Amino acid sequence: MPDPIRMRIKLTDDVADVRVLIGHPMETGLRKDAKTGELVPMHFIETVSATLNGKVVLEAQWSRAIARNPYLQFRIRGAKANDEIGIAWIDNRGETNSAKANVPPPS
Amino acid sequence: MSWITSTSTERRGTMNRLRRSLLKVATVGASATLGLLAPLKMLAALWPAAAFEAKTTEEALKAAGVIDPVASASIAIKAPEIAENGAQVPVEITSQLPGTRSIYIFVDKNPQPLAGTFEFREGAEPFVSTRIKMGESSILRVVVQSDGKFLMATREVKVTIGGCGE
Repeated sequence: MPDPIRMRIKLTDDVADVRVLIGHPMETGLRKDAKTGELVPMHFIETVSATLNGKVVLEAQWSRAIARNPYLQFRIRGAKANDEIGIAWIDNRGETNSAKANVPPPS
Repeated sequence: MSWITSTSTERRGTMNRLRRSLLKVATVGASATLGLLAPLKMLAALWPAAAFEAKTTEEALKAAGVIDPVASASIAIKAPEIAENGAQVPVEITSQLPGTRSIYIFVDKNPQPLAGTFEFREGAEPFVSTRIKMGESSILRVVVQSDGKFLMATREVKVTIGGCGE
């Protein structure tokens, strides 16, 4: 089971500000294991998609240079309370994970 | 010994009920987000390997299809002047260019300069914030594709401890 995805959404007028934290090692393949001295194999998220009510609004293609446990913040205009925002990723090993959250009422 | 049997049967019954309810939850959980994976897999097929594997910014720009990027003051890059830890460098990009379709982040001195691309569909604001790895002090180069044109902004980030081995 991949590490969880955490989402925090804030609605201001009709703009949803979405902050996402994805649990993932994002191994570059250049790091040596402290114990064995062997290189840790490459393992990183390649593609991330964000959806609003099932429709893709943001598509990200990543390299190994995105930091470990990736942070992603984006904004969606035209959002309203209870809309559903989805996040999904797939890594270079074909592992995937996804999460959904509803937009809270404006604060 | 019949009571053991009955107890274990009862226990098994409880376990089965518990297992069934867990399975139900698991199924609901999986199907709730399953719909997200089909479009994701289509997008994953578009991962621009050649651009990501390019060893210089020049090659990476070319491989990513960036043609003649022009310097623009309408792209704001927020990043630290000095990053203590190259493994976690916050970068925030806001484009004021109308029709911004995508944002590319390059780190000139990284072994493979292209760090990531972000494509905005209808509804997404031309803004993104993330954290990247930087091997050493470098120019951070942001390219925006807007109305079929390529615009660019740069910023220098000094890195105290490189983060490419992370």
